[in-house]
Amino acid sequence: MALLTLANSRSPLADAATQRATLAALPLSRSFAEAAASAGHAPLRAARVEVLQINLGKRCNQACRHCHVDAGPDRPEVMPAAVLEACLTFLDASGVPVLDVTGGAPELHPAFRETVVRAREMGRHVIDRCNLTITRLPAYADLPEFLASHQVEVTASLPSVSARQTDTQRGDGVFDDSIAALKRFNELGYGVEGSGLLLNLVTNPVGAFLPGSQAALEADWKRELARRHGVVFNQLFTITNMPISRYLEFLINSGNLESYMARLTSAFNPATVDGLMCRTTLSVGWDGTLFDCDFNQMLELGTTAGAPRTIFEVNAAALEGRPIAVGPHCFGCTAGAGSSCGGTVA
Amino acid sequence: MDTYYHPKDLAKFGEMGTEAPELWKAFSAWYNAVFKEGALTEREKALIALAVSHAVQCPYCIDAYTTASLEKGSTPEQMTEAVHVAAAIKGGAALVHGVQMRHHIDKLSM
Repeated sequence: MALLTLANSRSPLADAATQRATLAALPLSRSFAEAAASAGHAPLRAARVEVLQINLGKRCNQACRHCHVDAGPDRPEVMPAAVLEACLTFLDASGVPVLDVTGGAPELHPAFRETVVRAREMGRHVIDRCNLTITRLPAYADLPEFLASHQVEVTASLPSVSARQTDTQRGDGVFDDSIAALKRFNELGYGVEGSGLLLNLVTNPVGAFLPGSQAALEADWKRELARRHGVVFNQLFTITNMPISRYLEFLINSGNLESYMARLTSAFNPATVDGLMCRTTLSVGWDGTLFDCDFNQMLELGTTAGAPRTIFEVNAAALEGRPIAVGPHCFGCTAGAGSSCGGTVA
Repeated sequence: MDTYYHPKDLAKFGEMGTEAPELWKAFSAWYNAVFKEGALTEREKALIALAVSHAVQCPYCIDAYTTASLEKGSTPEQMTEAVHVAAAIKGGAALVHGVQMRHHIDKLSM
């Protein structure tokens, strides 16, 4: 049975302010700002923007149980043309080298392909955060060929090499569809050494626990996906689940919220702070609001006072050195080996 | 205390160093070294620990090594098979003692 999004099940957690209040009420041993200060970052500040991450909208053909975006087929939010144009204008003018396209399923946006083409014409590296199953829908069956022809890096979600775990998190039949999609990408050269077509996989733990060693898991996954399915890929990124939206709901409903947050807090690793993605990423919401990262975006925790607030008023120089907006959820990126959209950071 | 086992007590394991700090230090160093990657991966060692936890019926260990096995990438299917291995050895160990029973039967019977 398809999951309802928080927004459409009238959950109080659909409201970002309720989520922030829930997290703020937790009895943590110290604040994230104090933890960052102990690592020499008081306050945590941004460096130069290296990645422009744009959220094309919250529409998705899936409704995963852990989704921090609360994305789903019933979400109407789609980035308007004027916002997308402003993003591309900034990408061109700023010289930011990487465009990271996310959602929802970003490919559902009517201007997804045009965006990719224009960014590639600017010489930018483009990352498509792909849920894999989108390529199994008839209207999107040629997506892998399109992405290959424009040398787009595909960073694809697959929580587990186990069908049951994958389907538990992402929906019935998702594992089989994902494997079929990966095989198609492989046929085009994606994930094949020397092809230049990058196919990376992202795994989020299927439950209230932290991800394991990225290197060890990558070796296991490469062996198991090749042995069981004949699938190859480049890198595995392990990402810690953030206590936001539907994963927050899961933590609350399963009675794991306090212990999970205590675990994240106690696992704070000062060596991760320098490399936190919020320091080098600019995240743009579907409506053009700016955020320090995708997680802050979902908590509606905008850029701090004095920094540009929307894509219409942004310039790269004004972003560098800005204080980053932080909260208890930030412990998710500093636990253990750290976590980011590109996997571990320490 | 209304029960011998309490989940919160797992976090108090370190209190065993209170009266014997040197022994605790030695135990901790050895324990941590055991679980580091060597000829076996950390994931494999966690699976062995999970199986043994069931054989010795230690609820603290089951708690700790269920989490550790998941974090190191084992699937519930692999973890369940590991517990079956432990159960098979436990069951087999009981059953193989039946040979002793048979020896006694032979000795006592006409």
